[in-house]
Amino acid sequence: MEKHHISSYTSHGIVLTVLLTLTALSVTIAELHLGAISVAVALLVASIKGTTVLTYFMHLKYESTFFKVMVAGVFAMYALIIIFTFFDYIFR
Amino acid sequence: MTNPMHDEHHDHLGSKMGMWLFIFTELFLFGGLFLVYAIFRSKYGEDFHHAAEELNVFIGTLNTVVLLISSMTVAMSISAIQKGDSGRAIRLLLLTIVLALVFMVNKYFEWGHKFEFKLYPGSPVLGNLPKGELLFFGLYFMMTGLHALHVVIGCVLLGITIPKIAKKQITSERYTFHENAGLYWHLVDFIWIFLFPMMYLIT
Repeated sequence: MEKHHISSYTSHGIVLTVLLTLTALSVTIAELHLGAISVAVALLVASIKGTTVLTYFMHLKYESTFFKVMVAGVFAMYALIIIFTFFDYIFR
Repeated sequence: MTNPMHDEHHDHLGSKMGMWLFIFTELFLFGGLFLVYAIFRSKYGEDFHHAAEELNVFIGTLNTVVLLISSMTVAMSISAIQKGDSGRAIRLLLLTIVLALVFMVNKYFEWGHKFEFKLYPGSPVLGNLPKGELLFFGLYFMMTGLHALHVVIGCVLLGITIPKIAKKQITSERYTFHENAGLYWHLVDFIWIFLFPMMYLIT
């Protein structure tokens, strides 16, 4: 088997710390009841957390470009589906 | 390769690619539900607001923390097996399964509390709620239920991985199964990362 990058235990610990901090931030902001902004912030923080999990825990950072393009393509496709559905819903 | 007995048809890259393709189908499964949620939220904003306030933010946050930690222990177990430390890899996987059980116990109490208030799919109380609230709870039970099913499947996969490590079928030279089981577990965490704000935080 070809050589693979081995993530250190410390790096996993750092990633977890980042994820927990973002969770705390997200909950704190939600408690402030900022209305429409809180929706945007919650989804933004979730996206950052999700990207962190994909990049480090799911090891995408150390995969070949092919995997990165594949995953990015799937999310781009999903974004298009959301946009088209809302266009259809709003302008029907 | 250290184990010529099992060399036939072993394709690490191909297996991993297959796992990712499967993960994509899972993402679209939940993605479809997210889309339904988004559309109905834009239609019944007020009702979703009231219904979401019924959910326990503390238990949701606690389960988020539990799942995030479990994701780290799985990632660490893969590092351990790559370094050839089977014992540590097994211990980390066992810890992950324990955390998954903690998640499920929390879920049990959370759902149990809802059931006490006669809030469960198909209940008369739920049926009498405004349409948007009914939709919210329908999506809540459907999405967290489907996610919980994935937690159980993830536990089974990690549970299968442990004896494979013990029997040296998974080694530092060959850990594709372990890595794919880990990817599945991270998927479970990934989906929860989006479920949590949608259900518990955005009110």
